[in-house]
Amino acid sequence: MATTGKVAGIISNLVMVKVDGPVSQNEICYIHFAGVKLMAEVIRIGAFYAYLQVFESTRGLKTGTEVEFTGHLLEATLGPGILSKNFDGLQNDLNKMEGIFLRKGEYTHPLEPDKLWDFKPLAKKGETVVAGSWLGEVAENWIPHKIMVPFILDGRYKVSKINSEGSYKIDDTIALLKDGKGEEYRVTMVQKWPIKIPIKAYREKPRPFNFMETGIRVIDCINPIVEGGTGFIPGPFGTGKTVLQHALSKQAEADMIVVAACGERANEVVELFSEFPELDDPRTGRKLMERTTIIANTSNMPVAAREASVYTAMTIAEYYRQMGLKILLLADSTSRWAQALREMSNRMEELPGPDAFPMDLPAIISNFYARAGYVRLHNGKTGSVTFIGTVSPAGGNLKEPVTEATKKAARCFYSLSQNRADSKRYPAIDAVDSYSKYLEYPEFIEFVSQSIGSNWIDQILEVKNILIRGNEAYEQINILGDDGVPIHYHEIFWKSEVIDFVILQQDAFDNIDASTPIPRQKYMMDKVLEVCNTAFTFNKFEEVNPYFKRIINVFKQMNYSEFQSEPFRNYEEELKSIINEKRKTEEQAV
Amino acid sequence: MEPIAFQKIYTRVSQVTKATCSLHATGVGNEEMAQVNDRLAQVVKIEGDLVTLQIFSGTEGIPTNSEVIFLGHAPQLSVSEELCGRFFNAYGQPIDGGPEVEGQLVEIGGPSVNPVRRKQPSELIATGIAGIDLNNTIVTGQKIPFFADPDQPYNQVMAMVALRAQADKIILGGMGISNDDYLFFKNVFENAGATDRIISFVNTTEAPPVERLLVPDMALTAAEYFAVEKKQKVLVLLTDMTLYADALSIVSNRMDQIPSKDSMPGSLYSDLAKLYEKAVQFPDGGSITIIAVTTLSGGDITHAIPDNTGYITEGQLFLRKDTDIGKVIVDPFRSLSRLRQLVIGKKTREDHPQVMNTAVRLYADAANAKTKIENGFDLTDYDKRTMSFAREYSEKLLAIDINIEIDTMIDTAWKLFGKYFSYAEIGIKAELVEKYGTINQHKN
Ligand SMILES: Nc1ncnc2c1ncn2[C@@H]1O[C@H](COP(=O)(O)OP(=O)(O)OP(=O)(O)O)[C@@H](O)[C@H]1O
Ligand SMILES: [Mg+2]
Repeated sequence: MATTGKVAGIISNLVMVKVDGPVSQNEICYIHFAGVKLMAEVIRIGAFYAYLQVFESTRGLKTGTEVEFTGHLLEATLGPGILSKNFDGLQNDLNKMEGIFLRKGEYTHPLEPDKLWDFKPLAKKGETVVAGSWLGEVAENWIPHKIMVPFILDGRYKVSKINSEGSYKIDDTIALLKDGKGEEYRVTMVQKWPIKIPIKAYREKPRPFNFMETGIRVIDCINPIVEGGTGFIPGPFGTGKTVLQHALSKQAEADMIVVAACGERANEVVELFSEFPELDDPRTGRKLMERTTIIANTSNMPVAAREASVYTAMTIAEYYRQMGLKILLLADSTSRWAQALREMSNRMEELPGPDAFPMDLPAIISNFYARAGYVRLHNGKTGSVTFIGTVSPAGGNLKEPVTEATKKAARCFYSLSQNRADSKRYPAIDAVDSYSKYLEYPEFIEFVSQSIGSNWIDQILEVKNILIRGNEAYEQINILGDDGVPIHYHEIFWKSEVIDFVILQQDAFDNIDASTPIPRQKYMMDKVLEVCNTAFTFNKFEEVNPYFKRIINVFKQMNYSEFQSEPFRNYEEELKSIINEKRKTEEQAV
Repeated sequence: MEPIAFQKIYTRVSQVTKATCSLHATGVGNEEMAQVNDRLAQVVKIEGDLVTLQIFSGTEGIPTNSEVIFLGHAPQLSVSEELCGRFFNAYGQPIDGGPEVEGQLVEIGGPSVNPVRRKQPSELIATGIAGIDLNNTIVTGQKIPFFADPDQPYNQVMAMVALRAQADKIILGGMGISNDDYLFFKNVFENAGATDRIISFVNTTEAPPVERLLVPDMALTAAEYFAVEKKQKVLVLLTDMTLYADALSIVSNRMDQIPSKDSMPGSLYSDLAKLYEKAVQFPDGGSITIIAVTTLSGGDITHAIPDNTGYITEGQLFLRKDTDIGKVIVDPFRSLSRLRQLVIGKKTREDHPQVMNTAVRLYADAANAKTKIENGFDLTDYDKRTMSFAREYSEKLLAIDINIEIDTMIDTAWKLFGKYFSYAEIGIKAELVEKYGTINQHKN
């Protein structure tokens, strides 16, 4: 019999319950309140009470109220129909909810139980299968959605029956599996999985090495990320974290995008809701929404569900990874999730760690990032979950617990600088402070030398070097004055400015400039380095600034023009003649 | 609020702290309102039959034999057209000598809008101030604060913006404002002949600070009524949110909660977000726009209050005195309206975005030139031109006493570009320069 209990105390959304039977940590339960059921999770079990965090407002709740325990953890419902959906943090389909306002205790089905899907079997009767094996597939938008052996099944099974091609509902039985003892299991097209536990129905998790194109130059050309890699974007408010994530969600080379809006603004999610069904996905020619799933737990939605939202998103991403797909998971902002943990921990009067965050925050963050990755499935195919989270450091100070813990967990660091944002140098990623550990992976170096160009990595390092030297020259000029330094300091500085304006800066709101495909990035990189490696002659420092401004201006016009179009080529010609104006002649060079 | 006959009266208060009192009672709901003698209170904690009440006006002089009556509901407000033109205190009780409002009783701080039922904001709010309309255009459904030092004229600017904004309703939530400021708002609204579309909830410095915790929710509940039921464009003014947050910290401190940064409660982000996120654009035309004031101490925006606010709102507006022209301007560097890109170049002329960005960039170059002077360096010809540009830009566009149409603002910027700079120096897309610009192609 299911355990029940009675509410014995309430502090905000922390509820103490006196129980009449066994309960387990993180078990889900429902509080029967005024005709509705409020979902809650056990977060601590004490000598007298079970402590629940309620995923809803507890206004009006009284002691003595009935609580019913479900015996299971917080689970995601996995099956065809997840793509293109807008879920809340607990995977309720937001579109199925009635009315303008969210209602307490209203929970909706994440999938479409009545929809018929065209099923095609992939496994044969008599075949041996394990958790995650592909039994069949249905077409979900353009993704061949694999119907898999439930991840919860341990050991080996024989397919004793598999349905033939036809239309089925998600709850229809599509296969029967027999274990060694002859026990039979029914498989449908949906399965449930506890969101806090990683799905590991794969053979191995090698180091990731496949370059993942994002179309954002300051990432691809300076600190690239890989399929199955991890990265994080810390930055003070207003420096461009969300704009950058939205750009990634539109342009990144992935089969599926899962966006977790975690404790941020509702209007930003609405932007996705309204734009994604309209915007084209250049890879498939379909609408962006067709490859996207949005998990929205905005800052005004229940705080406890905020934490759940990132796990729900990760579980969905892992599920699709099992189909051999490349998933990009974006979470904005992981700091809000950490703050939700802090609120609960304080209410339970736990001993606080730094800045009153729970002591185990670093462990929680690193476990979460560890769920991303590139995997080889049992059938030899590969899949990946790439995870990029934003961090909103209090006071913009990177020496705070969430940033520090994330820095240890993520391999790419995209640091947004207040100064760059203030001077509208968007995206405001500080190219020198940021890093990508993947640049050190031999597998990755090998991969990009083959796919982009044998000198690509060298070019990246050269660009970084020019930027650093430019910074140094700029400091000297500031200390000693324009005419207190040799003219070539100005040249060094302005060459770094060319890189800044042409490669690093990118207008996320311009149709053409917003996304730069790799061949174009490579082309521009070559061009810019050509300028940087040209020796110029200047007679006085006053000539340097206007000259490079002209170069930058033409380069920018190129960025705004269609690649290799006539205007593009004209600007290129113009550029050539400007360069020749002051190019050091051979006799000067001697 | 008279006790109703069947309500049980408790007379044994067992514990009194600076902000709360506790008593044994049953059948009490979380967040329920109560009356302790004649003071209003709210349930903040229930442990078994021990109920803890937060008394808004403080516990000074509360005896252990106080009469406690539970009111059976969370804080509520009576909403109807009768709200218009009226002034209320933090509890929603009239302070203008007028009668109680008859209407539908609704609990304040109600549920959130389902994000899929929102519409993307796209309607520009014109204020005539170029520092806002040109550089930081605001739209209906947005939430944006002024970050201001206490000595800046933020309330005046806010009142001006409100009156020019052509909203159907303006709802003022005043928290800890001085009596003088309260009278200022009253006066300005009356003089503008706008009182019938204005509703005010005011907690002055004379009232107990904890009471002001109710003010924003009162204002926003009234706003939701007009935006949802009447499909109106509602503008909510919240001043000063710093004093609101201070009240939050007083309460959490008195309840012995572990403070996080700057002795603010760990839940500050969620607490503020719950209010600001009430800003919304509905598909059927109704909207709530929030313009707030967050006063800074010593201009420090890394303090927990402005910092958390910045993470929640859709931009912020900074006021600054420009000593070159002796006027208050909207600071183009630190101010930002995040939603401006939804309208600029779409609802306004196509050259708006680039013109705006270029002007700000040139203004930044002027700031660098100034630093050079301070460091004793010589100025180049370009430096000198940027400085003259900056002065004129500040005077003709940034000053808050400007009141012009957006097209005029853009044209003014083009004129200044043409006066001081060459084509290459402004770096605007060629086709836009040809269409709208008055730039000498060869000047250098
Ligand atoms: N790549 C870009 N191109 C042009 N403008 C940008 C770019 N990135 C950011 N911005 C500008 O900066 C504003 C703030 O960006 P964004 O909302 O991404 O900041 P954020 O870091 O997410 O802030 P918060 O922490 O408050 O959410 C945008 O509204 C936009 O005006
Ligand atoms: Mg953001």
